[in-house]
Amino acid sequence: MSLFDHGVAKLHTLIKEGEVTVSDLVKESFDRIEATDEKIGAFLTLNEDAFEQAKRMDELAKTSDNPLFGLPIGVKDNIVTKGTRTTCASKFLENFVPAHDATVVERLHDAGAVTIGKLNMDEFAMGSSNENSAFKVVRNPWDTDRVPGGSSGGSAATVAAGQVLFSLGSDTGGSIRQPAAYCGVVGMKPTYGLVSRYGLVAFASSLDQIGPLTRTVEDNAYLLNALAGHCDMDSTSATVDLPDYTKSLHGDIKGMKLALPQEFMSEGVSDGVRKQIEEAIETLKSLGATVETVSLPTVKYALPTYYLLASSEASSNLARFDGIRYGRRAEADALEEVFTYSREQGFGEEVKRRIMLGTYALSSGYYDAFYKKSQQVRTLMKQDFANVFADYDAIIGPTAPTVAFKLGDQLEDPLTMYANDIMTIPVNLAGIPAISVPAGLSEGLPVGLQIIGNHFSEPTLYRVAHAFEQANGGFKMPQL
Amino acid sequence: MARITEAEVRHVAGLARLAITEDEVTHFTEQLTKILEFAEQLDELDTTGVIPTTHALDLKNVLRKDEVRPSLPREEVERMAPDWENGQVRVPAVFE
Repeated sequence: MSLFDHGVAKLHTLIKEGEVTVSDLVKESFDRIEATDEKIGAFLTLNEDAFEQAKRMDELAKTSDNPLFGLPIGVKDNIVTKGTRTTCASKFLENFVPAHDATVVERLHDAGAVTIGKLNMDEFAMGSSNENSAFKVVRNPWDTDRVPGGSSGGSAATVAAGQVLFSLGSDTGGSIRQPAAYCGVVGMKPTYGLVSRYGLVAFASSLDQIGPLTRTVEDNAYLLNALAGHCDMDSTSATVDLPDYTKSLHGDIKGMKLALPQEFMSEGVSDGVRKQIEEAIETLKSLGATVETVSLPTVKYALPTYYLLASSEASSNLARFDGIRYGRRAEADALEEVFTYSREQGFGEEVKRRIMLGTYALSSGYYDAFYKKSQQVRTLMKQDFANVFADYDAIIGPTAPTVAFKLGDQLEDPLTMYANDIMTIPVNLAGIPAISVPAGLSEGLPVGLQIIGNHFSEPTLYRVAHAFEQANGGFKMPQL
Repeated sequence: MARITEAEVRHVAGLARLAITEDEVTHFTEQLTKILEFAEQLDELDTTGVIPTTHALDLKNVLRKDEVRPSLPREEVERMAPDWENGQVRVPAVFE
């Protein structure tokens, strides 16, 4: 029995009543990390002040009304934390200690959540297996010979392993949802613009979005309540009325119209995943929803579109890493060499590959053929989704085509690795929200059901995900 | 054919301010060629007249009031810099 078996709502009551202290919760986290993280590798940096903070917070516990007060959270290491090392799992930023907090970190602190530490990831969020971390791999708590997914592999593994109650990840092409699916937790990629990107180290700015990973749909809604909202420091931040996301969890999906794109159940989907998703569809139908097959014809072009756009944006965003004002600086006699050698020494192979691809795609003579073309395909893909949402409340399908694969299995060929993201990438290209919720096991490994909605339809996604979770049994903790 | 040559790989690495080894030149030439050939399937789609998406949401220009706000304290910036002298970041000479 772990204290984290209670969700946010119950823990809030226990804290207010003095049954559980913030110090108890922080201790629970650190004890569990101590016991399991040598195996898992989820954390890159621990917050040494957490116990002190907890002690101070215990004084205030009875008067706190925020449901997140005192709850331990892990933060992906591409989200800057004032005074705490933020590496992006890159040698370039190995010793980088930011001077400010990301907006989401500020919001969590305002809510009273306690940051336990910074979570391992693929370097600069580029990867689908967490093997691109410059420091150490993360292992899947369900089978430590397998990957946890990526790039938010640490964020998913830490929740699955019971090291923290919940965590923050970021999702550029599936980096919250795919690891959530592989590790058997709930992961939400909100609508582009709903959550501030200020303080998120940029990978592909038109696609990046921060989101919550949790054990349950309800906890996910609580966490998004704290994260969502306009931010002056992010010019792409949306200005919309914010609902209380926990209010949408009433379990009733009777009469809802769900669409299953045939492209998401194509031959690339493994038999085990297909079976779990077919069962999930039956469950949703038994709850009163209708499920009809539709087509998203441009989805088959999502991978090349994404890799051209994301790499182009990355090549521009990562130009800031020049070794001058912060981060790694190579010893060199001339300024130009400081740039080129700092970058050579600081970046790993996948990061270099994407910088090269993006620089090429943006270079004179190729811009129209690659970058502009991809942006045009993106428009067609948005229209595809809009056509479906004109008739349906949400789209469902697998989050990933297979269960978690073995460490080292897909390292050789970048294109094979990229194919893991085929069902998640279209969502980022369209800027819409999607959630991955556990849908049972195949070969003893978690499968994720992805639910995709129109812009700002997070309440609908939570409603469907919650109803499904209630019917399906919810979070299961792997044996570690 | 989107075949990228070794010379182009060197040129692109230069544009990206990335020192690369001869091994990496060979390696990247091979891999980028594969990825670009894969990307050629986009040519199957007719995009004549399609307006490129530059942003996921249809946002207008976002402006804020031109007011002075506190910026990062200089001592914090100094703490992050690899080499610092008299309130400024120090770098090697640009010209001989």
